[in-house]
Amino acid sequence: MVGKPSVALAEFDTAGEIYHACEHVRDAGFSRWDAHTPFPVHGLDKAMGIGRSRVPWIALVCGFTGAGLAFWLQAWVHSSAYPLVINAKPYMSWQAYIPVTFEVGVLFTALGTLIGMLALNRLPQHYNSLFKSARFERSTDDKFFISIAADDPRFQGEETLRFLQGLGASHVELIED
Amino acid sequence: MATTVYTEADQLEERLDQRAPLVLGGNDFHSVTELVARPIDRPGNMWWPAFLVSLTLLGVYGVAVAYLVWEGVGIWGLNNPVDWGWAIVNFVFWVGIGHAGTLISAILFLFRQKWRTGINRAAEAMTLFAVACALSFPTIHVGRVWLLYWVFPIPNQMAAWPNFRSPLLWDVFAVSIYGTVSLLFWYTGLIPDLATMRDRAKGALARKLYGFFALGWRGSQRHWQNYESAYLILAGVSTPLVLSVHTIVSFDFAVSQIPGWHTTIFPPYFVAGAIFSGFGMVLTLLIPSRIIFGLKDLITVRHIENMAKICLLTGTMVGYAYAMEFFIAWYSGNPYESFAFFNRAFGPYSWAYWTMISCNVISPQFFWFKKLRTNPLFVFIISIFINIGMWFERFVIAVTSLATDFLPSSWDYYSPTIWDVASFIGSFGLFFTLFTLFVRFVPMVAIAEVKTVMPQADPHHHPAAASKHGATVAARGGAH
Repeated sequence: MVGKPSVALAEFDTAGEIYHACEHVRDAGFSRWDAHTPFPVHGLDKAMGIGRSRVPWIALVCGFTGAGLAFWLQAWVHSSAYPLVINAKPYMSWQAYIPVTFEVGVLFTALGTLIGMLALNRLPQHYNSLFKSARFERSTDDKFFISIAADDPRFQGEETLRFLQGLGASHVELIED
Repeated sequence: MATTVYTEADQLEERLDQRAPLVLGGNDFHSVTELVARPIDRPGNMWWPAFLVSLTLLGVYGVAVAYLVWEGVGIWGLNNPVDWGWAIVNFVFWVGIGHAGTLISAILFLFRQKWRTGINRAAEAMTLFAVACALSFPTIHVGRVWLLYWVFPIPNQMAAWPNFRSPLLWDVFAVSIYGTVSLLFWYTGLIPDLATMRDRAKGALARKLYGFFALGWRGSQRHWQNYESAYLILAGVSTPLVLSVHTIVSFDFAVSQIPGWHTTIFPPYFVAGAIFSGFGMVLTLLIPSRIIFGLKDLITVRHIENMAKICLLTGTMVGYAYAMEFFIAWYSGNPYESFAFFNRAFGPYSWAYWTMISCNVISPQFFWFKKLRTNPLFVFIISIFINIGMWFERFVIAVTSLATDFLPSSWDYYSPTIWDVASFIGSFGLFFTLFTLFVRFVPMVAIAEVKTVMPQADPHHHPAAASKHGATVAARGGAH
């Protein structure tokens, strides 16, 4: 069954080629497009013109939430839930609560970072029309790809393919959904 | 694209005008993928024997633990005053080993030490398995393992709560959170490589399984950006975490009143020792692995040399700590403290003390010599000594201080039983079973990360200029 085109895919051979191609795609005004590389290519986010990641903010909020909860739990346990004098220490011996506060803060930061990163990336997402391309399998090995989605306002089918070809792509194709 | 062939000689030559190459043998991106995936495709004829021996030892551990749960901690050689024996020694030994993995994955990442990419995956895996072994010891040490939930702050029918003012409870949090965060960090690093394994898998089942865990990763630059940010944050929080973990482990001793334990030098001294022991274990694992699995181009002699240098540094720090403990024991003028240390070196456990000194302080000093630290076989032998020495360090600290405590009438010599030995040997079964499974199913070198440190990964890299330069390097290397 043949569907309508979903994405234009162009293949490049080197990190340098995709870097310059991305600068051109960015300058041509496309908005719903992406680059796919086997490893993070240094500076490619600038060449694509994408802003900063929001993961640090998620990590920050999670970290302080975890540390705050842990401190509150310990203070509550020893001053309210089960007040017991041990080693003549005061109920609210806050110095002794610091290690667990720190550790739980780290735990929440790490969980928030991984889950936040996946959520921002909309992963897990086991289906994607890009996976229909046999050549795309090499995007996790040694090839570099640019994909332009068909719902980009500037997407023009064959015209877009010719544009990508002109940027030095070694292979271009239209993937249908 | 022409690829420059770098040799070991290029790499070991110290040059001021360029960084040493990290990937040898003229590999390109594709050949790196294949090199790392080969042990998974064809594990070779060493894998099954290694796995079966490990599994047998794990069986020994299973028997030792089952009998312990059935009979109680009386089967161990514990006595009064030595009520902390091999279980705590093994716990500190294993958790210390884990620290090298986190140092490589987090601290060296923050310091932009690019050579870490060759070894970080296997070292982090080692961390996870070492922490699993470590956690098993306090778990069985409590005797009534079915009451282990008492250490967690869970509302219960007794309306009782754990004591957060005790270092032992900090330890529960520190080590279990350390294990969890290490697992999250390791998995984050694995996602792109699992996608690589998915895309090159031949069998449908392998494709499905790798695909499931790769979460649909498609190398998107928009994803990489969040990913790199997440990776940096995980490295950033793992760095203080790993330093805190062995600090808190040392509090188990330092916060008590026992002479020989009650010292302020313990946190830095324990952290240095942990890193020292961990690098010893990384070397023990990777020197044979790089040969068996054909990874010499990625885990190079320079990697071994760098790790040997860290062993030299941390081993010397540990030696300094041993000396400083003696100095303070004398300088404090406290007779109990002075006796505890005199007794360590010349008392009934002096054989353990001098084993520790020779393995930990003397053996790494050979690494001052470049010829020795670039000889993998020699480094491997020293790494075994480091493993032995660091186990003895924990034995000396835990047992000598307790065996001769404040009251001479209660002094007693501690010796282990067959069950102490079985559970220690058995824990190596757990460790190596997990490690052999890891090398069989998971890429043991971080594929995507190694690619980033290759010259052709730089978008402004000019192959022609580089190969000309590489050729001069090769010519110079050949002339030596």
